[in-house]
Amino acid sequence: MTLPGIALTAGSGRFEAGNADPVRVLVLGYGNPGRQDDGLGAAAVAEIETLNWPNVTAYDNYQLCIEDAIDVAEHDVVWFVDASRVGASPFAVTELSRATSVEFTSHLVRPEAILAMAEQYYNSTPCAYLLAIRGYEFEFIEALTPRASDNLRLAVHALAHQIHAVQSGVSR
Amino acid sequence: MTEIQASLGARKIVIDPVTRVEGHGKVTIRLNEAGEVEQARFHIVEFRGFERFIQGRMFDEVPVIVQRLCGICPVSHHLCAGKAMDVVAGVDQVTPTADKMRRLMHYGQVLQSNALNFFHLASPDLLLGFDAPVATRNIVGVIEAFPEVGKWGIFIRKFGQQVIAATGGRRIHPRLCVPGGVNQNLTVDHRDALRKDIGQIIAWCGLALELHKSFVHAHQELHATFASFPSSYMSLVGADKRMELYDGTLRALHADGSTIFEDVKAADYRDYMIEEVRSWSYMKFPHIRSLGRDNGWYRVGPLAQVNACAFIDTPLAEAARKDFMALGHGGLVHATLGYHWARMIVMIHCAEVIERLLYDDDLQGTDLVVTGKRRPEGVAVIEAPRGTLLHHYTVDDNGQVTSANLIVSTTNNNEAMNRSVTKVAKDYLTGREITEGLLNHVEVAIRAYDPCLSCATHALGDMPLIVTLEDADGAIVATRVKE
Repeated sequence: MTLPGIALTAGSGRFEAGNADPVRVLVLGYGNPGRQDDGLGAAAVAEIETLNWPNVTAYDNYQLCIEDAIDVAEHDVVWFVDASRVGASPFAVTELSRATSVEFTSHLVRPEAILAMAEQYYNSTPCAYLLAIRGYEFEFIEALTPRASDNLRLAVHALAHQIHAVQSGVSR
Repeated sequence: MTEIQASLGARKIVIDPVTRVEGHGKVTIRLNEAGEVEQARFHIVEFRGFERFIQGRMFDEVPVIVQRLCGICPVSHHLCAGKAMDVVAGVDQVTPTADKMRRLMHYGQVLQSNALNFFHLASPDLLLGFDAPVATRNIVGVIEAFPEVGKWGIFIRKFGQQVIAATGGRRIHPRLCVPGGVNQNLTVDHRDALRKDIGQIIAWCGLALELHKSFVHAHQELHATFASFPSSYMSLVGADKRMELYDGTLRALHADGSTIFEDVKAADYRDYMIEEVRSWSYMKFPHIRSLGRDNGWYRVGPLAQVNACAFIDTPLAEAARKDFMALGHGGLVHATLGYHWARMIVMIHCAEVIERLLYDDDLQGTDLVVTGKRRPEGVAVIEAPRGTLLHHYTVDDNGQVTSANLIVSTTNNNEAMNRSVTKVAKDYLTGREITEGLLNHVEVAIRAYDPCLSCATHALGDMPLIVTLEDADGAIVATRVKE
């Protein structure tokens, strides 16, 4: 199974065949599990954690923060996982590149800005992707909607497949 | 990403930054018949109903649940709810270990949050200038111009997160407070690890302040006048009116520095404050009861924390406070951009308090929780990074929350933010064009307050979720309904 809209083999070529070093993968989910489908990022992280794969780090937070740049810089492949209000269902994947912006509140930090900081501070340029899982309801309820749960299952399956592929060299 | 919509025919100009699911802010500038700015409003459109979400929960769960209010300052809500539930649990005084563990967590939280604000949000404006090209006026531009500054920010924030993790078990979704105390002390290993870094953190905070002051000295007129106006201030203060962020009494000052009220306990807040809802906003408009709706608004946050205290009981921060207050020539400092300077003073204070606590053996104490006779109500106040935060709960005989009222920092600053945006609009809007410069300046004004988008919630009951805008004649020119 491949993710729609993106070919992970394309890009920087940093993962050359024969490279003995294991690929370090970070899955960083964000969103608020107390707000229904906004918890998709955290739910995806919880699923990935159960795999307990070596060289795969997964954690979640309510939102991205600047110190995430430290973790991002220490990995070769980074998956940002977020819920989306609009867009493709069950999920969409976008390859990310660094980009900076100044928001009007510190409550907004975008993954592109995290990548920019990782590069600028640590000269680290991991391959990075945004996995946007479609959500539908964002009220103060601690549960995913059934449709979002279905989307989560498909998204995590695809994500796990890609992580396994890149670690085994298939996508290098 | 910013979407600018200009609707000149309707005599309305809207600046509408689009954000992710937390909601978004919107600035509405209303023109008069002459095409001049009459009024501007900063709207925060976000989720409502969190207080209802708390209803029915067991009171001892609430300190954990309320962390979901905010991605930036969950610890502030955790601790404020914890204090309120102490009251419900019949506990008026927790043990020294519990008190100091909470303080350590709180000052770590404020330290890291203030660092995030300055280094990530404000430093591009303040170190590169408001008029620097957007392409470079960002954190990477700061790093290129000031290579070490960005790292200071990241590591100060990371240190604060480590403090939270050491006190709350983990840096994300920490759990420390239980009604009547805490669930753990500080291990010696954690203490020693934090001790190793705190000196460097204090040094970086000081260097950042000096860097910021160089900007102020080079732009004194701008610093004094930008988005600025005299106002009242409110903050917690401690004994002898020292700066106090965790526990104390409320103090409010008039713009001339005279006292509105002081020594007000959290439980008595309704005797001094009143909350109002307005038809065009989801947010409450709290104001000081004795001054009335039109004059009772005030500012909270770092500027208020520094203005309202008589002194700071840590040496570096106190020296910085005196330096800052000299701007007021014996009175209060009203510069809106002064929020940034004040924020860094508070940041230094937090680092100093953390250092002091790390050498206090009470943190390794084992007396963690006390119990008391249950009460039906609990109120608590804390100084969150963005200012005064109040939690008020009522609890039934079964221990279930029957009502919750939260006045968050951003709500306290609601009127002040509107006035700052209005001032900027009047100063920088020319003609009917929203220039990039105007947008920049509006955002600079908002950034000073660093409003919280996700926690400024309030259940408005049957109030219609409609925002209505009027032209100079009072006619409705636009209506917004939040479904």
